[in-house]
Amino acid sequence: MATKASRSAARLMMAPAVVLLLGWMLVPLIMTLWFSFRTYLPLRGGDQGWTGFDNYVRFVSSSAFWPAVQTTLIIVVGVLIITVVLGILLAMLLDQPMWGQGIVRILVIAPFFVMPTVSALVWKNMFMDPVNGLFAHLFQFFGAEPVSWLSDAAMPSIIMIVSWQWLPFATLILLTAIQSLDSEQLEAAEMDGAPQLKRFFYIILPHLSRAITIVLLIQTIFLLAIFAEIFVTTGGAFGTRTLSYLIFQRVLESQNVGLGSAGGVYAIILANIVAIFLMRIVGKNLDN
Amino acid sequence: MARAVSSRRKLINTSIAWIIGLLIFFPILWTILTSFKTEAQAIASPPIFLGFDWTLENYAVVMERSNYGRFLWNSIIIAGGSTILGLMIAVPAAWSMAFVPSKRTKDILLWMLSTKMLPAVGVLYPIYLLFIEMGLLDSRAGLVVVLMLINLPIIVWMLYTYFREIPVEILEAARMDGATLKEEVLYILTPMAIPGIASTMLLNFILAWNEAFWTLNLTAVNAAPLTAFIASYSSPEGLFFAKLSAASTMAIAPILILGWFSQKQLVRGLTFGAVK
Repeated sequence: MATKASRSAARLMMAPAVVLLLGWMLVPLIMTLWFSFRTYLPLRGGDQGWTGFDNYVRFVSSSAFWPAVQTTLIIVVGVLIITVVLGILLAMLLDQPMWGQGIVRILVIAPFFVMPTVSALVWKNMFMDPVNGLFAHLFQFFGAEPVSWLSDAAMPSIIMIVSWQWLPFATLILLTAIQSLDSEQLEAAEMDGAPQLKRFFYIILPHLSRAITIVLLIQTIFLLAIFAEIFVTTGGAFGTRTLSYLIFQRVLESQNVGLGSAGGVYAIILANIVAIFLMRIVGKNLDN
Repeated sequence: MARAVSSRRKLINTSIAWIIGLLIFFPILWTILTSFKTEAQAIASPPIFLGFDWTLENYAVVMERSNYGRFLWNSIIIAGGSTILGLMIAVPAAWSMAFVPSKRTKDILLWMLSTKMLPAVGVLYPIYLLFIEMGLLDSRAGLVVVLMLINLPIIVWMLYTYFREIPVEILEAARMDGATLKEEVLYILTPMAIPGIASTMLLNFILAWNEAFWTLNLTAVNAAPLTAFIASYSSPEGLFFAKLSAASTMAIAPILILGWFSQKQLVRGLTFGAVK
């Protein structure tokens, strides 16, 4: 039982983590807010003073803003759907008795360890290149015209690359959850003549809900910040410019810190809307 | 898994699973194979699978072109340093949250996770300026601190869930038997906490190793890790497939091997203890 002494000791032990994270959150946030109200062009005269809400208005009314928000959400939702659905199927398959299960598992989880920069480069050049890529060879073999994936079908290509990277994570967590399923319950249902689909929707899926929540939470956190895959493949062209990438371009490429900072504030707001939504689900799901 | 399964069913399962497994693994396998080809064979049409003249030439060229050892060393220092520093801060915090919980513990945990939602790009410029001001730009120390901070919420969460699984009854029993605090920590808590700490350490190391946004934007020459090494191949001249493959293989091999050897611990760690 927590005594008064142990409680203050606990506070002391928590202090470094809390203080550091608070600083990590507040210091850059306040600086970003400050810059967002100023005309700040590091290469063209530096800080030129207060502009009020100009940057905010300009950022939202720029033709790139809404498409960027849309792109961000499409990538996040697209990857989530693909990885969760395929992850469930793959986890159920890997749970079946088979020969060489351990090796298959190693093969399946390998993409999780590949750096995003490497996987983006490999996909872009060795698979999606319209001349020498493996897909081009494959299409030619079947007599079809090779596709310039990253320009003609940029979004599906990026979603595919990112899904490949995150499918292992989803599969691994869902597999762990499936393996903890009480097999007697399933057998009893089978004996009672419950058809396969019914068993899936009434027993397996509810059992997985907690694991699915974890997958959604962690992946959303990482997918909202997706950067390397776009940096290396399309550089934001062909409709793949996410909100993060748009801000990156404003701040680093066009060196307009004020405008980029206003965009940063919008990104933080978007992330927080998603966060509140997620935290609700997660908080509820992890409590019991 | 005591269910009897017909060997026909097992054979079907096995073949489907192997085909899918190999498909998922194929991009990695293809990269590794290509790294041993000559450039001409790497782009040959139709593609050559195994019947090529194996060569180490690409590795030699990559080594010559850039100082791989330096990038590797930077990756090790940065990922390792941020992991160790993170654990030093997270272990006491998670420990106290797990064993001396208060009403606000859950709120603090959720708040910590929400800092992970702070879009990196929104705060890049301030961090950049602070780094210039403090002379931390393109330094390993600076990256160690940043990567530690971005992964700290995840480490605290993971450790918290591990520590919560340690049964308090064992502690109480030891106290009844007159164990001192030192004995308690040394002989009871530490052995039970070590597996959790180990898998947290592992995941953090992998995340830090692969992190690209901060490493690409805050390093130039001195502190650049492998993520930057490989990004230098995204220029048009990187279209030499065999050399790109060799560089890619060199960048992912260390972490891939580490990941495979430790997949059991990783699974436990990744699930936040929420899935058992």
